[in-house]
Amino acid sequence: MADASLSTAVFYLLAGLSVIGAAGVAFSRNIIYSALSLMASFLGVAGLYVMLYAEFVAGVQVLIYVGGVLVLTLFAVMLTQGIQDVEVSNRSVGRTIGLVIVAGTFAVMMKAFMDAKWRIADPAATMPSSTYGIGDALLGPYVLPFEVASIVLLTVLVGAVVLSRKEVGERDRKDA
Amino acid sequence: MGVGLVHYLAVGLVLFCLGLFCVLTRRNAIGVLMGVELILNAANVNFIAFSRFGVAGYDGQVFSIFVIMLAAAEAAIALAIVLGIYRRQRSIDVESMRLLQG
Repeated sequence: MADASLSTAVFYLLAGLSVIGAAGVAFSRNIIYSALSLMASFLGVAGLYVMLYAEFVAGVQVLIYVGGVLVLTLFAVMLTQGIQDVEVSNRSVGRTIGLVIVAGTFAVMMKAFMDAKWRIADPAATMPSSTYGIGDALLGPYVLPFEVASIVLLTVLVGAVVLSRKEVGERDRKDA
Repeated sequence: MGVGLVHYLAVGLVLFCLGLFCVLTRRNAIGVLMGVELILNAANVNFIAFSRFGVAGYDGQVFSIFVIMLAAAEAAIALAIVLGIYRRQRSIDVESMRLLQG
């Protein structure tokens, strides 16, 4: 029983971390703080994955989101904003309309999943190590999406380089 | 009462709503992208919760891996586009991007 209440407490801690982080992203005035709140939110969600017996996805989440996407976002923030005007950089408009739309969405979806009859499997049955199952699935039924994903990533790699490189030719002409 | 499927779905819903609010109200293109990341995270929480409590086995976790992969790809491309727009217009305010407006 003590075990169950401990895991409940950890759940609420992690859920609170991810929700507060998300609120920071949505409401912060400073975009750097938004990015750092996003990190808190990602880490909280990674903790939730561990609680759901998805430790491989949690590791991937930390590696790719916290290590990759967030660093990329911070770089983009620093390359596009002067640090000095960061206080006014995170303008948001139409908050009232936004709140109305979001509250409506929240109410509809909350009602939908409270009313739904979920087919819940026996929650006492713990799953074995998720890494084994995911590897099996990726090279079994999901092998075609897996291979397509590698092509997508290659395309993205080349595309990002092409999009973000400097137009060297024009600059040289201007200097000359 | 222990933590069940509905608790995780509620966390996912709150994350989704905050991300949606971010996308709707931010005028900084990078802020909008952060909102999109939050929405994708909310979807992932739901996938993994269904994978844990549902009857589909590991399918939810595999889908969340694909979502994470596509989110990384989206972030790389979108931020490259944002940098390109900044070099061209000296601003990443989405209201100033009206090149295609008649």
